[in-house]
Amino acid sequence: MKQGFFTLTENTRIARDVYRMRLAGDTSAVTAPGQFVNIRLDGRFLRRPISVCDKEGDTLTLIYKVVGQGTAQMAEMRPGERLDLLTGLGNGYDLSRAGARPLLAGGGAGVPPLYLLARELSAAGREVTAILGFASAADVFYEKEFSALGVRVLLCTADGSRGRGGFVTDALEEAGDYTYFYTCGPEPMLRALFSASRGSGEFSFEERMGCGFGACMGCTCRTVAGPKRICREGPVLKKEEILWR
Amino acid sequence: MAVNTKVTLCGIGLDNPVIPASGTFGYGYEFAEWYDINILGTFSFKGTTREPRFGNPAPRIAECEGGMLNAVGLQNPGVDKVVSEELPRLAACFHKPVMANVSGFSLEEYAEVCEKLSACPQVGWLEVNISCPNVHGGGMSFGTEPAAAAAVTRAVRRVTKKPVIVKLSPNVTDITEMARACESEGADGISLINTLMGMRLDLRRRRPLLANGTGGLSGPAVFPVAVRMVWQTARAVKIPVVGMGGVASAEDVLEMMMAGATAVEIGAANLRDPYACRDIVLALPAAMERYGIKDLNEIIGAAQTWEKM
Repeated sequence: MKQGFFTLTENTRIARDVYRMRLAGDTSAVTAPGQFVNIRLDGRFLRRPISVCDKEGDTLTLIYKVVGQGTAQMAEMRPGERLDLLTGLGNGYDLSRAGARPLLAGGGAGVPPLYLLARELSAAGREVTAILGFASAADVFYEKEFSALGVRVLLCTADGSRGRGGFVTDALEEAGDYTYFYTCGPEPMLRALFSASRGSGEFSFEERMGCGFGACMGCTCRTVAGPKRICREGPVLKKEEILWR
Repeated sequence: MAVNTKVTLCGIGLDNPVIPASGTFGYGYEFAEWYDINILGTFSFKGTTREPRFGNPAPRIAECEGGMLNAVGLQNPGVDKVVSEELPRLAACFHKPVMANVSGFSLEEYAEVCEKLSACPQVGWLEVNISCPNVHGGGMSFGTEPAAAAAVTRAVRRVTKKPVIVKLSPNVTDITEMARACESEGADGISLINTLMGMRLDLRRRRPLLANGTGGLSGPAVFPVAVRMVWQTARAVKIPVVGMGGVASAEDVLEMMMAGATAVEIGAANLRDPYACRDIVLALPAAMERYGIKDLNEIIGAAQTWEKM
């Protein structure tokens, strides 16, 4: 975990209500895909936790969806602005469990953290399949970017306006055999995958947070292994430890 | 100009009056990953009960202008684990007496938890929380009636010789009556304010944002309320007052002390900035110089007599 100032180098709309932010600064605390940063915004008391989509050298890529006043404020920011970030928060995905043919399944705003994961797994010679699910064609992003990594992409939209019609779980059969899976997305999708998936995997959760670094107990959930803070022992939980509320 | 930031709280010296407040600083060692927490006066650890508590369902946090609401609900591992696991972990990174924050649902529970924590050499003060707004049948129900507050103080006083500081709720009609009730039963100090009970709604779902419905408001929004209540309390009792509520800068610390606080707790600020308390400690000498303060002890309660100025 580190606190530092980053310079905004890009803030572009890439889909409906979805923006990509690139930030230059000290990225050394980011050690695993699936971790997040916590961004301080002028006039907002609490920071905004956003998952890390990519990290290359001193540049972090964040993809976020405008869902409220804080993210709307982020969308208005211009290159050159300085942001106060806490970086390297959360546990992130465990790559050592991937096996030869990992499956990644992301839904909407849950797709971004899977990008760095896909890139690292591909670089490690794994045969990666990614199911990317969105509500509609206007919401789709990063299909090409995942493909460019050499990842096999199965694109779905709930309304069938692009790719396969239906939910992420509907593409599981087509994805075929996999050694382990990693997922991030809205809770209904995570629940559906929990039931529909075979074998073990990892789920990234979202919760309203106070601090983002383990101090306030604001984001605690129950697990098989006792209470866990989503910001600290999470956001990634292994399938075996999840207790649905 | 060399300034003195040392104060004495219930007979125990503090290098400075800055104390991270309970519930915003865990059991301390988490913050030792950010900085050397020995720079602090002390800190008040997470509210501890007899049994382990999961706390309230999520969402537990909501934001508002100038602050936040929380309804964590006293999540903690229970006093036995605090003694056997949390305090030994803390010992590795904090070498000053710590303030043990205690909560309960009965007089017996308050007494038992205080007795166990009082036996720990690391514990300097017991801060008895009778003001948690986020649990039912405990916490604040002891903190809104003078007789109940007196009973908790009496029960705890019997089991410890260490300083007992009773933490009061602002959600009362007359804060001075509460403070005097605790003082009369042997409390060594009063700390205040705990959070103000609040609520926010989700416009789309037409229901509260917090799963608990209500939550405790903290952050800069409550600072003026806290200053007023510290000022009122400090003139009503002879025992020291620990001021808290929305403190976010070295200037706020000075203001709390002028209102009557001997030491100052800082809560919500830690959650937006892990370095908040360290930075306030570092900023304190320069802030003192700006206001011509050589020794913090000279400003404790300085504004108590403003009518006569």
